[in-house]
Parts: sequence; C-alpha cells; structure tokens
Amino acid sequence: MLAATVRVVGDIGVAEECVQEAYAKALSAWPVSGVPTRAGAWLTTVARRRAIDTLRRQSSQERLFAKYVEEDVAPLPEESELPLIHDDRLRLIFTCCHPALSLDTQVALTLRLLCGLSTAEVARAFLVSESTMAARLTRGKKKIAATHIPYRVPSTDELPSRVDAVLATVHLVFTTGHTAPIGTDLMRRDLVERALQLARMLRELLPDSAEVAGLLALILLTDARRGTRIDLDGALLLLSEQDRGRWDRSAIEEGALLVRLALRHRPAGRYALMAAIAAVHAEASSWEATDWDEIVGLYDLLLATWPSPVVALNRAVAVGLAEGPAAGLAALDELGDTRQLSGYNYLASARADFLRRLNRRDEARRAYVEALESCDNDVERAYLRRRLEELEQ
Amino acid sequence: MSEYLALIYEDEAGFETASEETLNRIMMGHNEFGEQNGAALRGGNALQPSMSATSLRRDASGKLVVTDGPFAETKEALGGYYLIEASDLDQAIAIASQIPAEFGGVEVRPIRVFD
Repeated sequence: MLAATVRVVGDIGVAEECVQEAYAKALSAWPVSGVPTRAGAWLTTVARRRAIDTLRRQSSQERLFAKYVEEDVAPLPEESELPLIHDDRLRLIFTCCHPALSLDTQVALTLRLLCGLSTAEVARAFLVSESTMAARLTRGKKKIAATHIPYRVPSTDELPSRVDAVLATVHLVFTTGHTAPIGTDLMRRDLVERALQLARMLRELLPDSAEVAGLLALILLTDARRGTRIDLDGALLLLSEQDRGRWDRSAIEEGALLVRLALRHRPAGRYALMAAIAAVHAEASSWEATDWDEIVGLYDLLLATWPSPVVALNRAVAVGLAEGPAAGLAALDELGDTRQLSGYNYLASARADFLRRLNRRDEARRAYVEALESCDNDVERAYLRRRLEELEQ
Repeated sequence: MSEYLALIYEDEAGFETASEETLNRIMMGHNEFGEQNGAALRGGNALQPSMSATSLRRDASGKLVVTDGPFAETKEALGGYYLIEASDLDQAIAIASQIPAEFGGVEVRPIRVFD
C-alpha cells in the first residue's frame, strides 16, 4: 500500500502520512460500515485519494506530477491491482537500496518501508535508540528527496549492479538475524523472517535472476537448522552436534531446488555458491558423511568470485575438516596477516578449535581467550567459555 | 528536471608529474565529454591549482581574515566542476561517471532550489 502511494506522490514522507490517515479513516469508518471485503484495496484507494488531494495543494511544478498520476490512478479495475502493486514494491526496493544511501540507511529504509516495521522495531533490530533510528530514517528520506533518487526499476544496463545492492541489504538483514552480533539471544527470529519474506518477494518480482534464487536458497537452507542450533538449556550446538532429523526438510527441498536453478547460470554468483555449500551440509546424513572436498572446492570458486577475508577464513576451516587440524591451522596461519580479520572472533575460535584437536592446550587456551574478548553474543560466549573450562581441567 | 553540480576532486601531484601525452589525453577526454553531453551541460570550468586559493573568514570579533590557501587541505583538491541538468540522480550519475578524473573522483551534489 505504501509503495502504491509513493508512486502517486513521489515522496515517501508524504506517502507515509497518507497511509496513516487511511488507517485512521478505517478505524472510524469500519466499525460503522463493517470491514470491506477487500480491506487492503480499500485502504490503498483511500491513501491514494488522500495523496492526490495533497498533490493538488502543492506548487505548480509538482502539479505536473499529479496530472501524470491522476491519469492512471482513476478507478482501477480490481484485477489489475495485483501486478501494479508488485511493480510498485519493486520500484520501492530499488529506491530504498540505492547505492547513494549508506548500507545502514538502506537496511533501515527497507525494513521500515517494505517490511512495514515501526521505527521502534527497526531501532530494536539494530540495538539503537528509537530517536537515533528516527533520525537515520529521516536523513535517508531527505537524501532521496533532495537528490531525486528515482522511484523506478533501473535500466537493463544498471540492473545487475543494482540487484547486487538489494541482495546485499537482504543478506545483511538475514545474517544479523541468524547470529545476532550482540545480545543475549543467538538468533533474532524477526529479522530472519523479514529477510525470508524479502527474498521471496524478490524471487517473485525478478524470477529470472539467478542470484535472487541463490539468496533465497541460502536463507532457506541455512535457516532449516533453526530448531537445532541450541539445546534445551540454551547452549550453542555446532553443526557437528545438531540433530539433523529435526532440520526443516521442506525448507531444504525448496532450497536445494533453487540452488540447482541458480547454478545453471554461469559463472555461478556468490549467493548461489554460498547456497551450494549450505546444500552440501543440508544433504549430508551426518557430520562425518559431509563431503568436505566438495565444500573446499566450492569455497575456492566463491573466493574467486568474491575475494573476502571472511570467505578465506571459512575456506581455511573447511580445509582443516577435509585434511585434518594441522592442515587447517596452516591454512588459517596463511591468512594471519589479513588486517580486516583482526578482532574477528571467528578467526581466533577456529584457531582455538584446531589447536585443541592437536592437543596444543596452552595455545588453544590463549586463542579461546582472544575469541572471547571480541565476541558480544552471550550464547556464543557461553560456548567459548565451556571450551576454555574443558581445557583447564 | 533538476540540476546537479559535479565536483571534480583530484590529487594535484598527479597533474604535476604527468607527461605531456597524459595531459593531452585528459584534455581530449574533457572535450569528448562536453561533446557527448552538450545537451545536459549547463556550465563547467577547470580551476587553477589549490595553491592559488585565497580563503576569507571572519574572526570572533567580526574582522575579515584573509589567508593563503584553500579552506581545507586535503589530498584530493577541488580542481573543476560541471553543472549538469538531469531528470534524477541516476541520470546525473550516468553523466558524471563519464567525466575524466584519473587522479581522483567526482562528487555529485544536487543544486538546492528555494521556493
């Protein structure tokens, strides 16, 4: 509804006001007249009418906009409303995820305007105060208005790079929810659900994009483990300890199908490759039965298309699982100088695990302590502390 | 339509040490940019190097203070600009991305319109 209204007024702030007024009108009208059969369409129509009224009152230059708008806003045949709304959402997502906005702002605008989270909810998702988030959203909307960030689907030339920006935003929402960077809970279910909802929306809107299929597959396959990642006492369970019988089979099937589709596109993109790695795990009957050589091979391809220190770290861990802890440690030490990874707790904890398995207890202990120093998630901290205590016995 | 100022920020040392050939290539690049985007260009100039700048400000008592040099000393200095007319930011970026700026980059700012 918001998306359809933005298309009318071309200004997100004004559109939000119109939508709020539509809700207010519904609150007073529906108890008297009853809830209309197509409540969503009713609200959209009211918000649009309100938007057109607003435009009528605006300056002459903006009146031109209203003229263009009125031409196709006049009573729409109900059937045509669905594709129109899809189109509007697609435009809105490209506006919210415009590269001229900072990634933080892109994510905040997407959650607020596309997922319909309140400012307070978006603030909670990022563990900042509501006033900080309100200011961030306002700055974002002001930049959109002042610089005339267009409200349309990018041209074919620009599309791939702009889709990348959208996917990066949705992926960030997912990873933030999958393992919360800070706080008492391992996961933020609300963010995972939003990411899944956005990825499904994109898949529907851009059915030909292999990377969109890849991201949806990645989310489905990773999130299929959701019920098994902590035990009854809330302690972290590693991939090797999880009860695979309780993984979500229907999510895995859907994800596996999407991975195959995404991998048909050559060269395979980063989300398709990450999803393929998740699929190898999802389809292995046990930790021991995991095809680690396949996983290392996929990480090699991923590193070639997306050379990031975090990917290199994950590859080194996979090498250790394929060839033993000594090989893993050697692979990790090769990345030792990657500055971006210093202070990244997964580097220290991966080293610690390999050292522990090599029975180099003192070094392992120091590495667990180092990992603890840079880890802010309580569930992960409890896991690291447990390992440390085992070594001190 | 809106107007955008494309500010060209480059490392001046790049120009000082560049060969005649490089400088000619850059000049030709600007000519070409002008020809290809003539319809959208509302103006543009190259500036003398930042050492030629004179900064003016008033001190606490309101007295004018004139100093030698640019307002802010940065590695990449403002060296020129184009005024571009475009329908939206994407179009402005599409045009500004063709500006030769091999020793730096281009900042795009919308012109503010007062009602």
